[in-house]
Amino acid sequence: MKKILLMGNPNVGKSVIFSRLTGTYVITSNYPGTTVEFTKGYTEINGEKVEVIDVPGAYTLEPTNTAEEVAVKMLEEASREKDCTIIQVIDATNLERNLILTLQLLSRNLPLLIALNLWDEAKHLGIQIDFQKLEAILGVPVVPTVAITGEGIKELKEKIPEAKKGKCLMGEKWQEIGRIIDEVQKVSHRHHTFSEKLNDLTIRPATGLPLALIILYLVFLFVRLGGESLTTYLLDPIFNKLYLPFLARIINQSSLPKFLVRILLGEKMEPLSGLGLLTTGPYIPFVIVFPYLFVFYLLLSLLEDIGYLPRLATLLDTFFHRLGVHGYSSVPIILGFGCKVPALLATRLLERKREKIITTALLMMMAPCLPQSAMIVSLIAPHGTKYLFLVFGLLFFLSLIVSFLLSKIFRGETLELFLEIPPYRRPVFSLLWQKTWLRLKGFLKEAVPLILGGVFLISILEISGVIDLIGKFLGKPLLYLLGLPERTIGVITTGFLRKDVSIALLAPLNLTLKQLVIASIFLTLYLPCLSTFFVMGKELGWENLLKVAAIQLLSGLSVCFILNQVLSGT
Amino acid sequence: MRRIDLTQMKENEKGIIVELLGGCGFLRRLEVLGIRKGKEVKKISKQVLGGPVIIQVGNTQVALGCGMARKIIVEIK
Repeated sequence: MKKILLMGNPNVGKSVIFSRLTGTYVITSNYPGTTVEFTKGYTEINGEKVEVIDVPGAYTLEPTNTAEEVAVKMLEEASREKDCTIIQVIDATNLERNLILTLQLLSRNLPLLIALNLWDEAKHLGIQIDFQKLEAILGVPVVPTVAITGEGIKELKEKIPEAKKGKCLMGEKWQEIGRIIDEVQKVSHRHHTFSEKLNDLTIRPATGLPLALIILYLVFLFVRLGGESLTTYLLDPIFNKLYLPFLARIINQSSLPKFLVRILLGEKMEPLSGLGLLTTGPYIPFVIVFPYLFVFYLLLSLLEDIGYLPRLATLLDTFFHRLGVHGYSSVPIILGFGCKVPALLATRLLERKREKIITTALLMMMAPCLPQSAMIVSLIAPHGTKYLFLVFGLLFFLSLIVSFLLSKIFRGETLELFLEIPPYRRPVFSLLWQKTWLRLKGFLKEAVPLILGGVFLISILEISGVIDLIGKFLGKPLLYLLGLPERTIGVITTGFLRKDVSIALLAPLNLTLKQLVIASIFLTLYLPCLSTFFVMGKELGWENLLKVAAIQLLSGLSVCFILNQVLSGT
Repeated sequence: MRRIDLTQMKENEKGIIVELLGGCGFLRRLEVLGIRKGKEVKKISKQVLGGPVIIQVGNTQVALGCGMARKIIVEIK
């Protein structure tokens, strides 16, 4: 089968061209051995099915980062196959620097075709490009396109069979590029555009920082409200009113052994305390996590597509640099205030393992997730606001200390920020949906089996009495160290399933204020919740997951132990 | 004519890149974004407290850390 590789610099609209070329059936996967994602789809040319690959963005074929390494590898793999065509997507507003990649591609001697994208924007900026002359100089077809509106896509598709090995331009590259630019491009006077004014506003600290805070707050609010309403008004009723009764009927009619029924349905038909493979198992990923993720992915894709993320990273870099991470870490950390699962998935924006680990520790420890925070507030607020400050302040400072220590332990310097700030672009809504859906599908495919497996494992441990044993032998000394009464043991075990509920379960236990403060901090820190646990394992690797979990447990233990000694009983 | 580095430029000031200090890898990363000797650069903004600097070369805007910005020397007319 024929193969087409879509290549080009980042931010040139390559993905939009990709989805214009391919239909609805696209898949994303990681390039083997890396965290770099690429998308694959199919198109039809002259009645023949052709595979189209959206290669990760690259400025050059002399790699300067992992994405570029992957791009080069994919190019080399493809060049070994017969019938492989390269389409380079060029940003017409930045012809000069895009030509570096063109010259490199030409020297690879593969059939090449150029999509001169953002054609409308170039015109708007007063840039005129004589694309026929460019075609003559390079010796390959050049098609002007406006991917967002679909202009030129038909012509591009028609020209694919005409792609050819172009001329190999042998001179010094900047001389060659300079010569080409002189011949094909004219720039006339241009006006300040709205997008440029918006850019200035959002990137200068005086206006940009307040705007960034507002935008982050809105994202946070939407994720929370959207996720909550989807759970409460749609998914939870469907689950409890339709799915559970249906399931109960089927299981009751079957004559399964009691032991099996217990594993499938849990101790009681109550997804959050029963621990059943068919009740708790699907409830956690589909009813609790899915809605937050859906809203989050939609917003993340939107911010990404309009080009806001690089600006946010730049604005917050100063602060996060001091913690040993990049400005890009701000997105996951702030999301962590809402729900840890989307926050962890957002760490994919980070390129290096060290940053990922530090960011994960920060986002896990800086604050409880939102439902948990709400519970802590409702439990402790009646005793006085200063105790709330104590709980949240301690968590915050603890996370800063831990991240500072981690940045010393995991060696390597904090990279300086270096990234292109693309102009603001109009989002394409159909693409937004597609992207969101692809990401959700990815989550469901990867996390659901893990969560089901986890529920199964824990229920086996519970039935076989292992959890009770742990509670007896580890629980008592633990509670003694932290000054908590024995009845909190059960709460600590359920906390693993869903942490906000665990804190709510403290309410009927008649704890003293001191015990409440300690229990809240401990329950926030001691372990990630079930879904977080497995998603973290997937994102960081199981070894690093254990490291982060150990750090959480140890710091939770020590802080609570000290608190127990320092706070006078109230 | 003043010779200064990017961190010393004022917002909206323009200059011509005359010297790039630093290793080959650094130069290559700059080059592919169109930042090289002889190009005109305009400073878009600086972040507070030693944060990254934002510049524009051609139609490309780039944010770069202070350490990197100090290695790019420009001449201001």
